[in-house]
Amino acid sequence: MRFAPSDEQRELEAVVRQVLTDRCPPQTVRAGAGSAQVAALAESLAGLGVAGLLVAEDDGGLGLDENHLVSVFAQIGYAAAPLPLTATLAVAPAVLAAGAPDLLAKLVEGGLTVGADPAETGHVAFGSGVDLVLRGGFGGTGRIEILDVSDAAVSTSPSVDVALDLTGYAGARLVAAVDDPQVVRLAWERGVLATSAELIGLSRRMLDLTVEHVRTREQFGVPIGSFQAVKHHLATALLHLEFAVPVVATAGFELAAGLPGRLRALATAKALASEAAHVVGRAALQCHGAIGYTTEYDLHLFLKRSWALESSWGSAAWHRAALLDDLGVGLTGVRPAS
Amino acid sequence: MDLTWSEQDEQFRAEARDWLTANVPRQPLPSGDTAAGFAAHLEWERALHADRWSVVSWPQEYGGREASIWQWLIFEEEYYRAGAPQRVTQNGIFLLAPTIFEFGTKQQQDELLPRMAAAQDLWAQGWSEPGAGSDLAGISSRAVRDEQAGGWRLSGQKTWSTRGAFCTHLFGLFRTDPQAQRHRGLTYFLVPLDTPGVTVRGFDRLDGDEGFADVFFENAFLPDSAVLGGVDQGWSVAMSTTGSERGLTLRSPGRFLKAAAALVALAGERGEAATDLLRDRVARSWMQAHAYQQFTLAQVTDIVEGRPAGARSSLNKVFWSELDIALHETALELLGPDALVDGPWTRGYQFSLSGPIYAGTNEIQRNIIAERLLGLPRR
Repeated sequence: MRFAPSDEQRELEAVVRQVLTDRCPPQTVRAGAGSAQVAALAESLAGLGVAGLLVAEDDGGLGLDENHLVSVFAQIGYAAAPLPLTATLAVAPAVLAAGAPDLLAKLVEGGLTVGADPAETGHVAFGSGVDLVLRGGFGGTGRIEILDVSDAAVSTSPSVDVALDLTGYAGARLVAAVDDPQVVRLAWERGVLATSAELIGLSRRMLDLTVEHVRTREQFGVPIGSFQAVKHHLATALLHLEFAVPVVATAGFELAAGLPGRLRALATAKALASEAAHVVGRAALQCHGAIGYTTEYDLHLFLKRSWALESSWGSAAWHRAALLDDLGVGLTGVRPAS
Repeated sequence: MDLTWSEQDEQFRAEARDWLTANVPRQPLPSGDTAAGFAAHLEWERALHADRWSVVSWPQEYGGREASIWQWLIFEEEYYRAGAPQRVTQNGIFLLAPTIFEFGTKQQQDELLPRMAAAQDLWAQGWSEPGAGSDLAGISSRAVRDEQAGGWRLSGQKTWSTRGAFCTHLFGLFRTDPQAQRHRGLTYFLVPLDTPGVTVRGFDRLDGDEGFADVFFENAFLPDSAVLGGVDQGWSVAMSTTGSERGLTLRSPGRFLKAAAALVALAGERGEAATDLLRDRVARSWMQAHAYQQFTLAQVTDIVEGRPAGARSSLNKVFWSELDIALHETALELLGPDALVDGPWTRGYQFSLSGPIYAGTNEIQRNIIAERLLGLPRR
């Protein structure tokens, strides 16, 4: 028993953190899709080989597992990196290996960008530059279509998160459909896990920003962080975050170990990480006052990303319903659709 | 990350489970916080001790098994899973003993620990006073040096002492330097409650149990051997106890895992009364109980690897106490009109309401979290 990241996990985390610190400051998040900054970020990440994180070493990948995925995505969340990394790094490897193995090598090299639309909403996050879209597989059931969108007609929808680059496609070409239940389940689980870890990173960033703010912002002649009302907001925020962190780590471990009962850990991870981001985000905005309620200040970048991710890969309510089914006391009436 | 138990740990679990299955009373005992229930609980404590299960993590010579902290967690999990009785020895074994191990003389350890393990001595806490609750450093009970007799004369009043009415001993803080301010000049004393000049008055708690006590001191004499730690060092000695109280030794995750499982079972039994709204809340409590378990596993890893919990124990305390209330509130709603009848859930609810109050109120804990974990400025 050892409940802590391995040295290998920590090293990988440090390398990814360095690249994101250098290449993904808030200006990059603001610059958005198609910008030179985001292209440079994508290139730097490709240079790390993280696209092959979950690809076996025999196939040219790093041969790592979901424990590492958690470490990497917490960093991605902390930086609010505006790239479709959940789909490309977490979901695509298993799906391509099953449905389009000839594309796997290109993915590992970093030459393939993949988007995902598990809930079949017609929108793909960070979608304007992707080569492939993985559609379907919500809840780990059904089938996942691998779509080539390189020649498709593109439309953009406004999003709650301005950096989200929500993109629709018409006239995509079906490359393959994957209906192996094991693969569809694994793709879903990895998407849920990566998103949960990303929410942890986003929460941490919002809390760091806020702590810095309340320690320096003075009102009534003292830092506002010395007021008990502010302290209690942020203590509650930290509580939510600190109890979501180990839950996401457990889900990573159970997925890496392929434990048969892992549904419960995954549901708990996404539900508590979503709630943590929500609570931290509310406290962060409140403690920033009017300064936070502007788009000139950076908080909104992280806040809006967290809103987008709370509603992606199953909401907290959806995952609680999934847990209840597994516990044998499932909901009796209308259940959350996504 | 390695969340698998060693073969040795699994063997320990199996042994604990077998013993508990064979020995846990079939019928739940009456509350240990009542006079009648206390006697039944003492019998149970002595059964635990006879087979070396009362203090598993202690050295053999004091009645333990030298179990690792991981095995202690396993034992706690099995203990609650088996539905075994509440530990009336809790305040001694879990709160005082770690302090005696850290600060006690060899003589104090040899004398006090075996008797505590065997439930021969029963320890109550003496922190709060009528004028000093959350503000523990504001205590006014004092101990005055009696050079002639070679010891100390205690006077003052302690209050809200859990099970104080049934205990034989009390540990607490007294002011030994009248000139010193606040947390300086305090000393940690170990007091036999049959000492002349000590009077105990029991009173009832909100949840109907009668174990609370006022303890009055009128020039009660104690020898130097009753001092734990050093004269005027009481604050730092006491802080090690409150750290254990807030942290995992007071509320091990096994307790909440068991409660969450019972809540799921209750939702299953209640049929149509278990509306989807309530089921959703059941899921929340189940998730939080497991989050608490996993947080604890990470915390124990930190402790084992030399990173003490420190102020992080305040996170435990706020989390489990709020989880406990939410869980019981959901249970009461599932019970509907049946919640009018006294039972384990209604009792548990009333007890859970004390969680955010004792061991340092959650308001104090949130201050500690903000100041010591987030680095916000003190006022």
